[in-house]
Amino acid sequence: MTTLLEGPATRALPAPDEKSASALGQGIKIVLLGLVVAIAVWAAFPLVQAEYWAGLGLLVAATAGLLYLYLTPRHVPAKYLVPGTIFLVVFQIFPVLYTASTAFTNFGDGHRGSKAEAITAIQTASVTRVPGSTEYQLKIITKGDALAFLITDPKSGQVSIGDATGLKPVGENPPTGWTVLTAGQASARSREITDFAVPTSTGAIRSSGLSRAYEGKAVRAFDPASDSIRDTATGKVWKADDAIGAFVAEDGDRLAQGWKVGVGLANFTRVITDDTIASSFLGTLIWDFVFAIGSTGGTFLLGMCCAIALQSTRMRFRGLYRILMVLPYAMPSFAMLLVWRDMFNTDFGLINNVLGIHVDWLGTPITAQLAVLLVQLWLGYPYMFLVTTGALQAIPAELTDATKVDGAGPFQAFRAIKLPLLLVALTPLLISSFAFNFNNFNAIYLTTEGGPFPADNPNAGATDLLITYTYRLAFGGSGAQYGFAAAISIFIFLIVAVVSTVSFRRTRAQEEVYS
Amino acid sequence: MRIRTAGVIAASLLCLVGAAACGDSTETPSSTPSADKAGGELVIWADDKRSAALKPFADKFGQENGVTVKIQAISKDQQTTFLTASQQGSGPDVMVGAHDWIGNLVQNGAIDPVQLTDAQKTGLQAGALKAVTFNGQTYGVPYATENLGLIRNTELAPAAPATMEDLVAQGKKLVAAKKASEILCLQSGPTGDAYHAYPLYASAGGYLFGTTSSGDYDAKDLGVGKPGSVAAFEKLRSLGEKGDGALKRSITPDNAVATFTGKKCAFLVSGPWATADAKKAGIAYDISAVPPFAGGKEATPFLGVQTFYVAAKGKSKALAQEFVTNYVTTPELAVALYQADPRPPALTTALDQVKATDPDVAKWADAGKNALPLPAIPEMAAIWEPFGKAEAAVIGGADAKATVDAAAKTISAAITK
Repeated sequence: MTTLLEGPATRALPAPDEKSASALGQGIKIVLLGLVVAIAVWAAFPLVQAEYWAGLGLLVAATAGLLYLYLTPRHVPAKYLVPGTIFLVVFQIFPVLYTASTAFTNFGDGHRGSKAEAITAIQTASVTRVPGSTEYQLKIITKGDALAFLITDPKSGQVSIGDATGLKPVGENPPTGWTVLTAGQASARSREITDFAVPTSTGAIRSSGLSRAYEGKAVRAFDPASDSIRDTATGKVWKADDAIGAFVAEDGDRLAQGWKVGVGLANFTRVITDDTIASSFLGTLIWDFVFAIGSTGGTFLLGMCCAIALQSTRMRFRGLYRILMVLPYAMPSFAMLLVWRDMFNTDFGLINNVLGIHVDWLGTPITAQLAVLLVQLWLGYPYMFLVTTGALQAIPAELTDATKVDGAGPFQAFRAIKLPLLLVALTPLLISSFAFNFNNFNAIYLTTEGGPFPADNPNAGATDLLITYTYRLAFGGSGAQYGFAAAISIFIFLIVAVVSTVSFRRTRAQEEVYS
Repeated sequence: MRIRTAGVIAASLLCLVGAAACGDSTETPSSTPSADKAGGELVIWADDKRSAALKPFADKFGQENGVTVKIQAISKDQQTTFLTASQQGSGPDVMVGAHDWIGNLVQNGAIDPVQLTDAQKTGLQAGALKAVTFNGQTYGVPYATENLGLIRNTELAPAAPATMEDLVAQGKKLVAAKKASEILCLQSGPTGDAYHAYPLYASAGGYLFGTTSSGDYDAKDLGVGKPGSVAAFEKLRSLGEKGDGALKRSITPDNAVATFTGKKCAFLVSGPWATADAKKAGIAYDISAVPPFAGGKEATPFLGVQTFYVAAKGKSKALAQEFVTNYVTTPELAVALYQADPRPPALTTALDQVKATDPDVAKWADAGKNALPLPAIPEMAAIWEPFGKAEAAVIGGADAKATVDAAAKTISAAITK
């Protein structure tokens, strides 16, 4: 591969096996680039269909750039960097930017689509059958490109053609020159048919499926001039409010169908000023730290002790113990969390039954907090055991021998030599474990759901982490509020980022001391 | 080098042309329908069980109308999946789901109203039709109903209790005689269960939402926090762990049915989905309505209705309307769906047909004859969690008034947001 990239000079006299290797490389390259092009073509169709030219331009530029990069002998470092960079952009940077941009909108239930979609939804939802009107039989007919309804009145047997100008009685069925569409043909023109309305004196005849028609009336209509929805039956008017993305009447009544608009910093100020958030924030934050530090520290201590114990060569069956030790790690944590929840059940749980006690584990704050920490310990220590075992094996035995020569006991040797070296290797892992547990949604949601809750406050429970607590605020009460949720997640990100940065700074200082 | 580069470019171009050709060949049929068999396609989403039951009927509909019908099983989070997919334009034409989604689906513009004929409307159970009516419009075609009832082990409790007090007395006797370990299996769990607690709450005088003059639920009239609700939570408290011990937080959605089929309790408050387990366990059981408190109101359960919806953003909306309004309303389909999952059909003729062979169905329908449609207004989302937690708290012995007030405050805060 590299010889090829360096140009003709080195290729003048290639060694035989090198040649076959470069041919293989060339083959792989062709296949991979072919795939890139194929994916680009596949992605281009929907973009063209949606007439999203900016996206298409980006796609073409990216594909052309990739082809150029891997077909030119130059830019060797870029050849290595670009794939990783692309994945970084697609899977990390884009989602983060998307979340951040969502935080500035009111995206959520009732505000998912555009204003035009909301207007269509309001008008469609307001079409009601004219009371006492006839239910007609319907056929869809065409002449050339024109579409019309062939309507039969079941009482009189009168057949009429209906189009945008109104109903016209006809003698024959089907009328000459027109052809009746089959269901399959009609469904290809679905949109036209559902939008088709034959005006009558009291409303309009619309299709209800492909074989029936009814006389209906759109009670609510949009008036573009005044940018408002008017109810023709009651005369009530809802004016569009583009600041909140909804139609609002003078008496404050709001139509349910709204649209997505930018709301600036409203979601962020709501997080800061909301009474319910403010009242429970500090307590939840403290418990979140306790939980994250407790989970990480507990699993690390237990995992490390096990690793050191199994490090000793005097121990028999070490391989077997190691396998047993890793078992909890091999089981799906989702299922295990649910099993643990049931084991903590007061009346039917395994723990109370085996110990012969009657503790309401998940019913009182302290026991519930203890319970989730125990579950975390069980789920998490095998991981710490594995990484500590690895790190211990990397510490040269001479160092421990040297401490023996100097007359240090095993404990002193551990404290002065092994632990600091271990920590240098493992601190980054501990920090990432902390960040993970700080937002460990499943660990709480699948066991206690944040509970137990004080009787006078159903918003914040004793084991609620910031993430479960805010999930409830954003998705529990009034449907999904993605904009608000995104704003909250940015705040949580800031907290975790600050903690992690400070910790990494300190680790670097530590590394300088010990290395 | 130059020759190689040229070769690679040629190869890529070949790929490109090939891919483009493939793209063309798949695009052609849908963009230009041929004269005889047009490319009409109907996409239906349902949960796993119903997808299988729907398949033969969908195929038949497809053959009769010369269209292809695709059924896709959505096994989790059907409502959210449907909303998100609809918004992106990749949703189905017909969606099958519970009727209490309607409020949220409507505010997101995801479903269209359907126009049923008067004959079709009278063919449906009144409660089922009421459940799918929202803001004066019919938003789907109901096909099955479900409601809670009292399932009792007839070996342990031969006679159906007339009142809740009667049930507790019978249950206590069984526990004292060591024939059972629990008085009643009514699932609550540590965070409560508003759906299962509702019949008792209603019997003791509580309500969730008032109704407007047109008969719709009125989100402005919240019943939680009113004196009736406090009295009802007082009743729940007296049945709870510090009182009779009939309601317990340790009875969860996971173990309630299992405890009943394990003959550890004589009474189970549950729905039609639990009878399959009772049958499998070989338990002699009978079904009756949830008994009211002595001197209280009727213990009305919620009525849930399984519904076919027409997706507003589907590609074959006319065909979807045809399928939902004119095909789903046939009794054969209702009976087949009943066989896939035994819940009482919403269609009166199908219900009568099924009643003849399955006495349970008649009993479930009886237990739910006065059931209230589960509120479909979006504000209902604000009720579930706070109500459940308040229930769990009073079962644990917390003060009813303070608990209900806190729940009411949380609910009204969420509703006004």
